[in-house]
Amino acid sequence: MTATFGRFLILASVLVSTTGAFIAYAAGAKRSPEGLKWSQRFAYAFAGLMVLATGVMEYALITHDFSVQYVAHVGSTQVPLWVTIVSLWSSLEGSILFWGFILGIYIAGTTWFNRNEHQEYMPFAIGTWLSCGAFFSFLIAGPANPFLSVNPAPLEGPGPNPLLQNHLLMIIHPPMLYLGYVGMTIPFGFAAAALLRGRLGQSFLRPLRASLLLPWVFLTIAIMLGGWWAYEVLGWGGYWAWDPVENASLLPWLTATAALHSAIVMERRGVLKGWTVTLIQASFLLTILGTFMTRSGVFNSVHSFTQSSIGPTILVFLTVILLFSVILLALRIDSLESEGRIESAVSREGMFLVNNLFFVVFTFTVLVGTVFPLVVEAIKGKQMSVGRPYFDAMVVPVGTALLFLLGVGPALPWGKVSRKEMLRALLPPLITGAVALIIGYAFGVRNAWTLVTLLFGGYAMHVTFAQMWLPLRQRLKKGDSFAPALIDAQLRRGRRRFGGYVVHAGAVIVFVAIAVSSTMRTQEEVTLTRGQSTAFAGYTVTFLGTEERTEPHRQSTIARFNIARNGQPVTTMEPRMNQYAAMREPIGTPAVHSTIGRDYYLSIMNIQGDQVGLLIINMPMVGWIWGAVLLMGAGGLIALIPARRRTYVVVPESAPTIDDEAIA
Amino acid sequence: MTEPTASDAMRRKTRLFMIGAFAVAIAAFLVIAYGGISKNLVYYWTPTDLHAAGDKAYGATIRLGGMVAPHSVKGRNGASGLEFDVKDATGIVHVKSTGVPPQMFRENIGVVVEGTMTRSGYFQCNRLMVSHNNEYRAPKAGHAVNREELQKMMKSTEGLKD
Repeated sequence: MTATFGRFLILASVLVSTTGAFIAYAAGAKRSPEGLKWSQRFAYAFAGLMVLATGVMEYALITHDFSVQYVAHVGSTQVPLWVTIVSLWSSLEGSILFWGFILGIYIAGTTWFNRNEHQEYMPFAIGTWLSCGAFFSFLIAGPANPFLSVNPAPLEGPGPNPLLQNHLLMIIHPPMLYLGYVGMTIPFGFAAAALLRGRLGQSFLRPLRASLLLPWVFLTIAIMLGGWWAYEVLGWGGYWAWDPVENASLLPWLTATAALHSAIVMERRGVLKGWTVTLIQASFLLTILGTFMTRSGVFNSVHSFTQSSIGPTILVFLTVILLFSVILLALRIDSLESEGRIESAVSREGMFLVNNLFFVVFTFTVLVGTVFPLVVEAIKGKQMSVGRPYFDAMVVPVGTALLFLLGVGPALPWGKVSRKEMLRALLPPLITGAVALIIGYAFGVRNAWTLVTLLFGGYAMHVTFAQMWLPLRQRLKKGDSFAPALIDAQLRRGRRRFGGYVVHAGAVIVFVAIAVSSTMRTQEEVTLTRGQSTAFAGYTVTFLGTEERTEPHRQSTIARFNIARNGQPVTTMEPRMNQYAAMREPIGTPAVHSTIGRDYYLSIMNIQGDQVGLLIINMPMVGWIWGAVLLMGAGGLIALIPARRRTYVVVPESAPTIDDEAIA
Repeated sequence: MTEPTASDAMRRKTRLFMIGAFAVAIAAFLVIAYGGISKNLVYYWTPTDLHAAGDKAYGATIRLGGMVAPHSVKGRNGASGLEFDVKDATGIVHVKSTGVPPQMFRENIGVVVEGTMTRSGYFQCNRLMVSHNNEYRAPKAGHAVNREELQKMMKSTEGLKD
């Protein structure tokens, strides 16, 4: 019954999205306001059906209705309620349905926000979104249908993948990633609309930028949560391994970040329109490529679930949107006229260009390394992968260059720059850079790349702070009192600018923390007998013994360790081995003792009676990464809050403030 | 904007220059990337593949997948390191490993070892991974690993990180 209702909803959404897409494109071609009204209604209807279908699936999961195939596949009466609820995204079919749910909300939300605006572009945008909606509805209705019936219904299911039950981060990482991934559909639709209309006016930049920034914020946080989850759950003591599934999430983030930067140049100088649109389309294509790589089973991982048949379907979709984008760009890119030009290479806009170049190189580096094994396997049938040293060797210089630009770019003024101005802007931050370098050296940093990162990081932090508080300082100089100047200059008028620099500050910390945590990490593998101690990285670890604990869905062996420093007990750490009913192998859960400076990480390799094989890792600064990425997300959100009235942009250094709208 | 013809010619020239620079940059990038990739390939081989590769196996990074041969495990709890044989239907390779083996490591289980073949005739292993199957099926009695399952195991990416 539930299954039948679910299937009906999905078939209806196939119909609604397909019809809606046709109506919307027709309305765009004929510039019909009535047609636009109807395409909006179809967009809301699609969202409604998707939300309803997801609700039906959640209902089936919570009531343990094992006559629904997906519930029979991932449900279990033995697991806690939160695991049952998040089971929606714990396997293939449910996760595609969840994709549709989020897509529906995005489409309806964006349509509603722009219901009276941008009438010129909206029909084409809605048409493109609903076409994507039609594809995903088709996927849910056909190759990845979660609503198939099982007859007779089993009395119990196996429960979701134990790795996903192992940590609470699984509640937030997948939704965040989906909000980021699926959200890229919206700017893609806007970009397609601009190309189809053959125009990209100044007023349309705002929704375009906002629709890109929102998924960017989600994706940024999602990537960090994925790394954090790996760190907290997988027990190998790292957060990033250039694994294909990690690369899949990073690729669209790189192009989207590049697009956010080139959009600023587009807004200020009226150039790079075609380029920005290309980056936005690339971001969407890369999300679909990522979905293909992680979901089709070409890479085996916790993300690939069972062998599935959706691979070819996604590949067809990828080809179609690639052709659509390339043809559209080839035919229409010239219609997005440049209204200005870049006058000087050594200027703010020149640095933006170089920044974009490096982001693109970064993207290609990761893309080539990720896709190469697939191509070799397809052509020669040989299996291999590209080792981590490739990524490290290629990406570290590019990343360092980006950090350098993060400092130098914002320091330079827009337009033509005189030599004197340039030196005055570029020299002072060197002091902070040198200080950071000396502090790092005093703490024992000797790796050349890390020292360079500290130098550039200190430099960039100086520039970021100077730029971040510039509007406030200008107000104070004019004689305004502090509080109103703070609120008005930073949070009301200069919100976008302020948010942008908050993101930069977070990014600088991430760069430094990654460099320090990866080069200053030390580890040791030891075997301890009960009562035995070992000293490592300033702490003494004593193995106290083990304890068995039985929970409904798993059985755990908990090893207890006493951690002491200079003879004083610091804490007790309890890494564990979890044995899930449905799995052959036990899964370890490491224990982490975090302090401001570093993490002390214990992971059990094996337990044999009174003996425990233990991996001890000392990782400085790793906790800074999680915090700094959250700061980046917060900065993005600050920049995203829509301006109530006109936005004023403060031009650096004593230039008069100009009205943002006046540039148009 | 003021003199359309002059600026048009200029723009065309700039564009040509940009396209040329872009092409050179892409070519340079591809050369560097290809060099980097070919130096850092990780081969997914079974013992049979490894023997078939001959000299290519020495020094290359290899992810070797197979079964731990019965009665071949030595030095399990000692500090001197672990030794065992990895075999498939037609080949066998002697493996030396340092470090603590994972919980499930035992004879007759599927393993993936990452490392390289030495000229002394043994495989020096840096990482030892036990078949980590994400599918939830009950353990089979006398679990035998076929080639397809081995390859899938080698491709498994979770928990294989250093």
